Amino acid sequence: MTTLEAFARAKAEGRAALIPYLTAGFPSREGFLQAVKEVLPYADLLEIGLPYSDPLGDGPVIQRASEEALRKGMSVQGVLELFREVRALTEKPLFLMTYLNPVLAWGPERFFSLFKQAGATGLILPDLPPDEDPSLVRLAQEIGLETVFLLAPTSTDRRVETVVGYATGFIYAVSVTGVTGERERLPDEVRDLVRRIKARTSLPVAVGFGVSGRETAAQAAVADGVVVGSALVRALEGGRPLAPLLEEIRQGLMQKEPA
Amino acid sequence: MLRLPDFPLPDPRGRFGPYGGRYVPETLIPALEEVEAAYREAKKDPAFLAELEYYLKTFAGRPTPLYHARRLSEYWGGAQVYLKREDLLHTGAHKINNTLGQALLARRMGKKRVIAETGAGQHGVSVATVAALFGLECVVYMGEEDVRRQALNVFRMKLLGAEVRPVAAGSRTLKDATNEAIRDWLTHVRTTFYILGSVVGPHPYPMMVREFQSVIGEEVKGQSLELFGRYPDALIAAVGGGSNAIGLFAPFAYLPEKERPRLIGVEAAGEGLSTGRHAASIGAGKRGVLHGSYMYLLYDHDGQITPAHSVSAGLDYPGVGPEHSYYADQGIAEYAGVTDEEALEGFKLLARLEGIIPALESAHAIAHAAKVVPEMDKDQIVVINLSGRGDKDVTEVMRLLGGEL
Ligand SMILES: Cc1ncc(COP(=O)(O)O)c(C=O)c1O
Repeated sequence: MTTLEAFARAKAEGRAALIPYLTAGFPSREGFLQAVKEVLPYADLLEIGLPYSDPLGDGPVIQRASEEALRKGMSVQGVLELFREVRALTEKPLFLMTYLNPVLAWGPERFFSLFKQAGATGLILPDLPPDEDPSLVRLAQEIGLETVFLLAPTSTDRRVETVVGYATGFIYAVSVTGVTGERERLPDEVRDLVRRIKARTSLPVAVGFGVSGRETAAQAAVADGVVVGSALVRALEGGRPLAPLLEEIRQGLMQKEPA
Repeated sequence: MLRLPDFPLPDPRGRFGPYGGRYVPETLIPALEEVEAAYREAKKDPAFLAELEYYLKTFAGRPTPLYHARRLSEYWGGAQVYLKREDLLHTGAHKINNTLGQALLARRMGKKRVIAETGAGQHGVSVATVAALFGLECVVYMGEEDVRRQALNVFRMKLLGAEVRPVAAGSRTLKDATNEAIRDWLTHVRTTFYILGSVVGPHPYPMMVREFQSVIGEEVKGQSLELFGRYPDALIAAVGGGSNAIGLFAPFAYLPEKERPRLIGVEAAGEGLSTGRHAASIGAGKRGVLHGSYMYLLYDHDGQITPAHSVSAGLDYPGVGPEHSYYADQGIAEYAGVTDEEALEGFKLLARLEGIIPALESAHAIAHAAKVVPEMDKDQIVVINLSGRGDKDVTEVMRLLGGEL
């Protein structure tokens, strides 16, 4: 299933696409695979984080999960194996989320090729603004990975224009100025950001950061998709089942707030 | 009148060759563009320069002397050794050259809140000081491990009215404090100015910090012409992130090779490069990205950052500024390593022979000079950057030496 098909299917059902995020290797290798099985029935696409030592775009919940996964021995090799196992469970698009340095350490060509072979659909690198290294972006695309970039409420129209020019797959609209983590409400400017992006691209737009329940999901559903990360990771941390939270968020996605 | 010099690099995209750049979350890109524009404008504004000069002179204590260390020169029996006395500045180190500049820029941009990262607390104290001076709200991030080791500086910052926030993540040291400062900036970017403490981080920081620090090298140029009628033969400085070294080197680095002094940066080799417990990013690192910049960096086969180690908390950083990375590749400067043990010897030597207790960071430069200077001729001139004084380190050195001398 392609990324566009996944978004289109959700739209046909009258809702925004649901994109759960999980940190690979958290709460453990087996615990992660179990969590994948719990989220897949609700997911239209899936985002999997390769844990990194210095995740400067992440709030405390994902920081803790990354540290714990690394402490338990998760590695690039380990994440590649998990991608293969998840790919065997589903046809849905799988996105790798990580920071730039692991890519550089393995060598971009080798890193991208291995993840492509392991079943990744695309790639999200929050510390790579695409115009910093256009040749790296091209390389990933030539290898067959979609390249998703972030835009934020602080992004000027000129930045939006530049960034969408490099994007394939979808655009990741960050709902807040800040790091990942749950919020009680999203700022109203998210609506404006989504509008400004949609005026400049035909790619689907997903809103992420801060979605924690029904209300925030409804707010984020002004976009084509909604990413839910910290709320899921926190539930895993507390040993709670994920289905009730996903159920609640799914309901939020069907009752998007009136414009 | 003070001048903030122009240099051939970085290029308009903030690159020194391949190094530098702006590898940060998109949220910060517009803020970095704003800081860069404001800085470029301020740099040309006589009123800004006059104010910076005023505070550098009357508040920080510039210019600093270029002092002939006669007994040390005699002891080594080689070149004549001169010390650039940044240790005499207010707050005890070169850091104030930069924090005054950035705080004035923050004020000019209408930001009322400043944040900073700190390792040993020297940069933190310096930021807390200028925040008090200009009436700015100030938050300093410091790793939990460093908060414990540097209790005195934590108290100093609090006395100066700053809030110190301990960071419990990762290795609980400088790199984690920097992550947290960047996260704060991501969250409060519209109201807050981030005062970065070294020539690292995303463009324009490596450029801007270099230019505020280049007052060191510019003064050395003038003082050398006055004292010797020529430039020195060699310049030596300790390298953590690299700001005191760049401040000394940059005004000489782009001279034609024949006119350029030998530039020697000294990294912390900690317990030795082979032990893995060191902070020698150029000596033993690889190219990578941390805190927004492509540079030499310490990391493992998966790209996970490895914690740095040095007896000197100010050198305890796993990366090194992009301009140093460029100098190293181009052979513009050479980089050497000095172990904890050698640095402690340098620390004691300067105290005994010259009556100056250096910062442990600067003691690395002294310790390396001990290897270089004896090989040189008596009519040659070496300038060592004495980036800070050792008051902050006396308790730690006492502990390390078991109270024995
Ligand atoms: C006295 C002194 N020298 C040197 C350093 C190292 O920093 P840099 O390499 O940026 O000069 C520090 C950092 O805290 C310092 O306090």
